[in-house]
Amino acid sequence: MKVLVPVKRVIDYNVKVKVKADGTGVDLANVKMSMNPFDEISVEAAIRLKEAGVASEVVIVSIGEKKSVDTIRNALAMGADRGILIEEDQGVDIEPLAVAKILAKVVEEEAPELVILGKQAIDNDMNATGQMLAALLGWGQATFASEIEIADGKAVVTREVDGGLQTISTALPAIVTTDLRLNEPRYASLPNIMKAKKKPLDEKTAADYGVDTSPRLTVVTTEEPAAREAGIKVGSVDELVAKLKEGGLV
Amino acid sequence: MAVLLLAEVAGGALAVDATAKAATAGAKLGDVTVLVCGPAAAGDEAAKLDGVSKVLVADDAAYANGLAENLADLIVSLAGDYSHIIAPATTTGKNVLPRVAALLDVMVISDVTEVVDADTFKRPVYAGNAVQTVKSADATKVISFRTSTFDAAGTSGSASVEAVSGAGDKGLSAFVEDKVVESDRPELTSAKIIVSGGRGVGSEESFGIIEALADKLGAAVGASRAAVDSGYAPNDMQVGQTGKVVAPELYIACGISGAIQHLAGMKDSKVIVAINKDEEAPIFQVADFGLVADLFDAVPELTEKL
Repeated sequence: MKVLVPVKRVIDYNVKVKVKADGTGVDLANVKMSMNPFDEISVEAAIRLKEAGVASEVVIVSIGEKKSVDTIRNALAMGADRGILIEEDQGVDIEPLAVAKILAKVVEEEAPELVILGKQAIDNDMNATGQMLAALLGWGQATFASEIEIADGKAVVTREVDGGLQTISTALPAIVTTDLRLNEPRYASLPNIMKAKKKPLDEKTAADYGVDTSPRLTVVTTEEPAAREAGIKVGSVDELVAKLKEGGLV
Repeated sequence: MAVLLLAEVAGGALAVDATAKAATAGAKLGDVTVLVCGPAAAGDEAAKLDGVSKVLVADDAAYANGLAENLADLIVSLAGDYSHIIAPATTTGKNVLPRVAALLDVMVISDVTEVVDADTFKRPVYAGNAVQTVKSADATKVISFRTSTFDAAGTSGSASVEAVSGAGDKGLSAFVEDKVVESDRPELTSAKIIVSGGRGVGSEESFGIIEALADKLGAAVGASRAAVDSGYAPNDMQVGQTGKVVAPELYIACGISGAIQHLAGMKDSKVIVAINKDEEAPIFQVADFGLVADLFDAVPELTEKL
């Protein structure tokens, strides 16, 4: 079966973002960008399905500015087979609803039996694209997966939920979104990075799919969160206990 | 403005705290109707919440385990009467609401921390390092609320309760099993005090000193991702961008460096205490009281002296 893995190029998770003083957004100039960590986990999950003989082909798709090619190549170097870039203008973060609509068209074209997405992107923290895609396709969804087993035309998925773990089975074709504990993504080796340069990569635009990507949510302003007042360092446990009692906390 | 609130139901009972906090948020938008997908008793609990005018109870096996496909269809079948469809930003809320939104062809607004007006909301992005104010142009607003920023509604109400039914099981997914972590301690997201351990705790056995301090304070126990990944604590204890977001009166971080992703889950706590032997640890930048010490000495001493 074919597995489709959408990946997103985001600001690297170790970077402390700076909010622009004029409230128009965060400063992305000269900031290190990487593949969204959850998407790395999705790519790894898909490649493992291929290694297990369950999947025959792993297709990577990314929607974003031209440089998202790097993110796709990175996934190809990990072991995916080919890529599709759907180009968007620089500095536009299209909403999950529009992303899901484009992905639905890609699914129509590619006819995968499984789409594996990350549970959320660490930039907009929406946690919505996978669920929205499942809705548009009328497929079952298994979100926040920490274990995936494919058998008998079903995906049996263990999900990370608030009180512990929940296992569900969902009929294929299906949408799965990945949680942190699903796997440990591999690093691409140098020979594989070189090989990935030769793997096929189609380039398209959102307009090719006839999807209206205009935002439903207007960002009025982006601000710094309220700063915490500086604290104090105490010299001993006794002093800490005294401070906590003083504040009526214990 | 009419608001439909999807109640949080866990283990066949109403999760009162999360639902009550979302009810507070919903009351800022209009007349709140609560949808309870569970037994009648859970519906009666929801009817006591202040600010709730009506409760709809869908007691059907198809909705009992929170399967998104079935729940989303039920909500969409009721959606016509409401301008806002909301839920607490729990794993159930996050699983179901985006599906509802896409079926209605509207955007979802996740993890809202503040209601500005009926179509303008604040939400954190970039792991809480920026706060966006967004204005929705959609006919129906679908919103999950970050419960840690709202007070729980009181329980002196008496709303009317009526049964509703939907199309039932779509047959796309099926429930297999739940593995619920048993705990006598307070629930993490509603606890007044939380004691958290990180990589510095070193082992699952050593986590006992964190638990001992928590028990002394009647606190919930949390963990950093490092502690969870190393197997010191179960993952439902994870506090952070991708775990639970908490805002207790007192948060005690032991052996936690304070990575961006962890801070995203606790930096709205009223008072933060950090115990770490590395005086350069980023956690000290957000801590009200910092103690540079070995947690293996400091935590037992603190437990003893409280």
